[in-house]
Amino acid sequence: MAKSIDVTDLDIYYGDFKAVEDVNVTIPAKQVTAFIGPSGCGKSTFLRALNRMHEVIPGAYVDGKVLVDGQDLYAVEVDPVAVRRQVGMVFQRPNPFPTMSIYENVIAGMRLNNKKMKKSEADDVVESALRAADLWGEVNERLARPGSGLSGGQQQRLCIARAIAVQPQVLLMDEPCSALDPISTSAIEDLIHELKANYTIVIVTHNMQQAARVSDDTAFFNLVGTGKPGRLIEFGETRKIFSNPDEKATEDYISGRFG
Amino acid sequence: MADSSNELTRPVKRLGDRIFSGTALGAGVLILVTLAGVGLFLTIEGLPGFTADSSATQPADNFVGLAGPLVFGTVLSATLALMLAVPLAVGVALFISHYAPRRLSQGLGYLVDLLAAVPSVVYGLWGIIFLAPKLVPIYRWLENNVGWIPFFSGPTLASGRNMATVAVVLAVMILPIITAICREIFLQTPTLHEEAALALGATRWEMIRMAVFPYGRSGIVSAAMLGLGRALGETLAVTLVLSPAILYSFNFIGAQNPSTIASNIALQFPEASGLEVSVLIATGLVLFLITFVVNFAARAVVNRRSEFSGAN
Ligand SMILES: Nc1ncnc2c1ncn2[C@@H]1O[C@H](COP(=O)(O)OP(=O)(O)OP(=O)(O)O)[C@@H](O)[C@H]1O
Ligand SMILES: [Mg+2]
Repeated sequence: MAKSIDVTDLDIYYGDFKAVEDVNVTIPAKQVTAFIGPSGCGKSTFLRALNRMHEVIPGAYVDGKVLVDGQDLYAVEVDPVAVRRQVGMVFQRPNPFPTMSIYENVIAGMRLNNKKMKKSEADDVVESALRAADLWGEVNERLARPGSGLSGGQQQRLCIARAIAVQPQVLLMDEPCSALDPISTSAIEDLIHELKANYTIVIVTHNMQQAARVSDDTAFFNLVGTGKPGRLIEFGETRKIFSNPDEKATEDYISGRFG
Repeated sequence: MADSSNELTRPVKRLGDRIFSGTALGAGVLILVTLAGVGLFLTIEGLPGFTADSSATQPADNFVGLAGPLVFGTVLSATLALMLAVPLAVGVALFISHYAPRRLSQGLGYLVDLLAAVPSVVYGLWGIIFLAPKLVPIYRWLENNVGWIPFFSGPTLASGRNMATVAVVLAVMILPIITAICREIFLQTPTLHEEAALALGATRWEMIRMAVFPYGRSGIVSAAMLGLGRALGETLAVTLVLSPAILYSFNFIGAQNPSTIASNIALQFPEASGLEVSVLIATGLVLFLITFVVNFAARAVVNRRSEFSGAN
């Protein structure tokens, strides 16, 4: 079940340093939302605040509200572990568990939720996740081999399979294609198109064409000045942001006339 | 421009490279030579000991009768110590690396490193004077309640000098070094893997099982082997705690306990002469070989799944 994300007055800190300031945005369900903006403006930071991965870093905390389906993720009674089971994440660098086989990697998240799974059930989950991640054909004959033996693009798709195997409501992706060749990138973009039928997807990217190709909505983040926190400058339909943005800064960044 | 091809084909060798590769090679060769030298010495000097008659192998009738129980005692005490120390060391190391608040974990880290530097004679004295009497009530309880288990059949001496005390003292001795290495290894777990587990909704303990342990597995084995090496060769602590005997016994809290090779050498050497010296050196050779076997076994364990180590 895909869910929308409502963010209100969110400030994000690393200790004393305020990295992102005053974000208000509604990320719609079953759509692809792209985050764009210059390096260091807080895209990754904001993304990680959406599944409470931000607070994993010592001293890091947030102030504000993030509502998924009306439930505040940062309410006191909410367990971050439960949040992360509903909001999955794919990282910039592929990070399959090196000591696990391809099969074990895909099933790793399921094993956490449901220790006693039947073999046939587990096989089904693995196959459907790998099919959804467009990797089944390439690995179905070597599921027992280590995940780290795959190519970078295959590893990244394995990580996507691992993230969707637990059927999260939201899938966060931080520059998932930045380490990949054009063919793998295109495979993952196709995959994102297919996945949005079932998942709410947020993707951080430095590639304007990619943002334009895969996303329905785009959020542009920017730094107001050096040492100042990043801010959400503009949010809207990708078509509009790329053709006729409201803000000058957005237009400058997209057209490459940026600082 | 004319000699640019020359520039490219001539291998680049700077002074630093040459010095480094030279010293590295030298050090490697030196280790091998030392090892071979020790082995050779033990073999040549110890060879007559293997065939010695009962006059030189008192209280046993021949070499096997003497060395057998010593090997038994050595391996038993070291294994028991390892079984006590490794789980505890891993736990403490995990607490320091992943659970304790940062300031506390630093202090604990220093403390552990400090403990690793305490000489073994101190642990031996502590074991015999302080620890052994404190353990006696536990031994009594074991003897009275689970005495039907051969390990705990007793009878316990009031001094508490027995195999169990040796194991505890050895465990305390090797605990710091194992802990220090494990902590170092756990801290080096790639953030990438830790976050992969956390992002899947793993609790901290699940994250440790998915990311930290698999990554640190070979390191834990190495740390344990280092600890085992120390326990196998430990002389003073064992000599101080145990009233030695030459026998096989699985009764950890009884009055008669098998001695160890190192402790036996330390005790017997001052009064040994002639063939007796050869016998002692031969037992030393056996200890040397045990250490080798243990290390190879550990390597084999580590390499068995090296494909999955993440090194590729
Ligand atoms: N672990 C951290 N500790 C302290 N400050 C951090 C940490 N990670 C990021 N920051 C700071 O937070 C700000 C935002 O960083 P963030 O990584 O979110 O940027 P980004 O938009 O993702 O950049 P990029 O496009 O280069 O990935 C930067 O000023 C950065 O220096
Ligand atoms: Mg980033």
